[in-house]
Amino acid sequence: MTESKSWGLLAEFPNPARLLKAAQATHAAGYRRFETFSPFPIHGMDEAMELPGSKVPWITLAAGLMGMATGLALQWWSGSVAYPLVIGGKPLFAWEFALPITFELSILFASFGTVLGMFALNKLPRPNHPLDYVPRFKKVTDDAFFLAIPASDEQFDLEASKAFLESIGGEHITVVEEQNG
Amino acid sequence: MAHNYDAETLFPPPLVDNDLSFGEVTEKICGIVEAPPNHKWLLALIPALTGLTILGGAIGWLIWEGTGIWGLNNPMGWGWAIVNFVFWVGIGHAGTLISAILFLFRQRWRTAINRFAEAMTIFAVICALIFPGIHVGRVWAAYWMLPLPNQMSMWPNFRSPLLWDVFAVSTYFTVSLMFWYVGLVPDMATLRDRAKSKIGFWIYGVLSLGWRGANRHWQNYERAYLLLAALATPLVLSVHTIVSFDFAVSLIPGWHTTIFPPYFVAGAIFSGFAMVLTLAIPARKIFGLEDFITVRHIENMTKIILVTGMMVGYAYAMEFFIAWYSGSEYESFAFVNRALGPFGWAYFIMVSCNVITPQIFWFKKMRTNMTVVFILSIFVNIGMWFERFVITMSLHRDFIPSSWDYYSPTIFDILTFIGSFGLFFTLFILFMKFLPAVAMAEVKGVLPQADPHWSGYHEEGHDD
Repeated sequence: MTESKSWGLLAEFPNPARLLKAAQATHAAGYRRFETFSPFPIHGMDEAMELPGSKVPWITLAAGLMGMATGLALQWWSGSVAYPLVIGGKPLFAWEFALPITFELSILFASFGTVLGMFALNKLPRPNHPLDYVPRFKKVTDDAFFLAIPASDEQFDLEASKAFLESIGGEHITVVEEQNG
Repeated sequence: MAHNYDAETLFPPPLVDNDLSFGEVTEKICGIVEAPPNHKWLLALIPALTGLTILGGAIGWLIWEGTGIWGLNNPMGWGWAIVNFVFWVGIGHAGTLISAILFLFRQRWRTAINRFAEAMTIFAVICALIFPGIHVGRVWAAYWMLPLPNQMSMWPNFRSPLLWDVFAVSTYFTVSLMFWYVGLVPDMATLRDRAKSKIGFWIYGVLSLGWRGANRHWQNYERAYLLLAALATPLVLSVHTIVSFDFAVSLIPGWHTTIFPPYFVAGAIFSGFAMVLTLAIPARKIFGLEDFITVRHIENMTKIILVTGMMVGYAYAMEFFIAWYSGSEYESFAFVNRALGPFGWAYFIMVSCNVITPQIFWFKKMRTNMTVVFILSIFVNIGMWFERFVITMSLHRDFIPSSWDYYSPTIFDILTFIGSFGLFFTLFILFMKFLPAVAMAEVKGVLPQADPHWSGYHEEGHDD
């Protein structure tokens, strides 16, 4: 039972300790799609929200292996097939001389994978968000701590959720409007 | 409960002085960016821009006239350009060392200086990349160093250490830049949310990608940051290793030695920390960052200088020992010539600045005296430039005595080097003004009240 126009509810908490406890209580109450917002990562929050582990390391691994394959293939193909040239009597290809560049390309690809993968998993860049229209929310990158329950959560009910947020000590509880266009 | 901890372990000294609150951290760091430029800052910018202009002129004349305007001659095909390249790349090592290696070792004091040191790394690597780029002579063909398909169907020679160097330094630059940027995203979001002007809001808004501190985002972010640190750690060690291959893989006596990679890496850390100190000591005064970059930070860095300085000293001694022990008369000659030959004066400067003077950091009084540390850091910068000079100048007495010569820099060698400092300081001064010089989100994360289990919250009775 959701209101057609609201994105969800936003509550503020005074410090990291209270936000952590609020997150534990919200999870215990059965909410699963709620989110906390803080100016820095809070130790223990992932456990309080019972989030599954991050998927970033898999992207890093895949990208790193791709870099390694690219490095080896580039050096072997260009030196042995495309432009074979004997220099100083050295073989056209050997893994020993290929090692430095293979290593560097593995690191380069893995780093790109990590950074781009992290932003992609976070669905960033996202220039516009319904929360941006809540004036108090601007403090989230300074010294304020928030918990939001989106209307897409199965447990969400405007009145009941509002009462719940009040009961766990949420302050300045705001109904966040969905922004169209 | 274990009782065998000393007071230092249980109650470590705070990482930020004066018990700042989260809001005060934001206020202090953003204040630097948001305040209108003051005359001290503008005054610092003038010499930097002058240097940058000199660099532009010197490079312009070089491209017009050719590398003949430098003091290069027949046995010495590598002159100041290579010395300056290695010097700047070396300086560029401290940033990633502080960001990555100290991060993996959980050295939380790094948070105050990492942003700053990473910026320094990036600017130093930009200065470094200029030198081999212009040394090739025909600058317009510099892209031949890259493996690009071309109408001549030619490919670069991957068996050459010089090409490994192209990959190592450009990978290092790219990864350092990404590492720096990822760290900047939450802080630029802070600047976006505080922006008063539309331009500021748009610029920081675009750069911060819509970061709004969601915990699911922080989870991926922290994991990505850890992975980047783990990737950058072997990378930073590999870069100066590969730079040393430029020398070590050749067959020149005095260069062809296996000690070069570790010796270069130790020297790079040594010179990098010296440059961090040279920049940090005036910057903390000018921008009022004493609460963040505390005397403890400076003291920790002087200890790293002391250790790496002795590693470098050990390498100098070991080179000589091996030159004698190898029984190779060419190798022995190269080293005796380094210390007692025509460039002996440079060897003397190198040893005095790198091995002898840093020994005063054994004394706590010296480690905590900002004037002494500042002067010493400049000594180390000079000493490390001369180390690369001494190594490169080994070429001056090659295999045929008839071709022996001496290297004298021309005015253009000197102007290009001075100009590179202009570029470095211009970038650094602009960075201090337009980007948060201290990683705010990270500093807030190490404040005592960032821990949900901080004792203050128990006293307030919020925690049961």
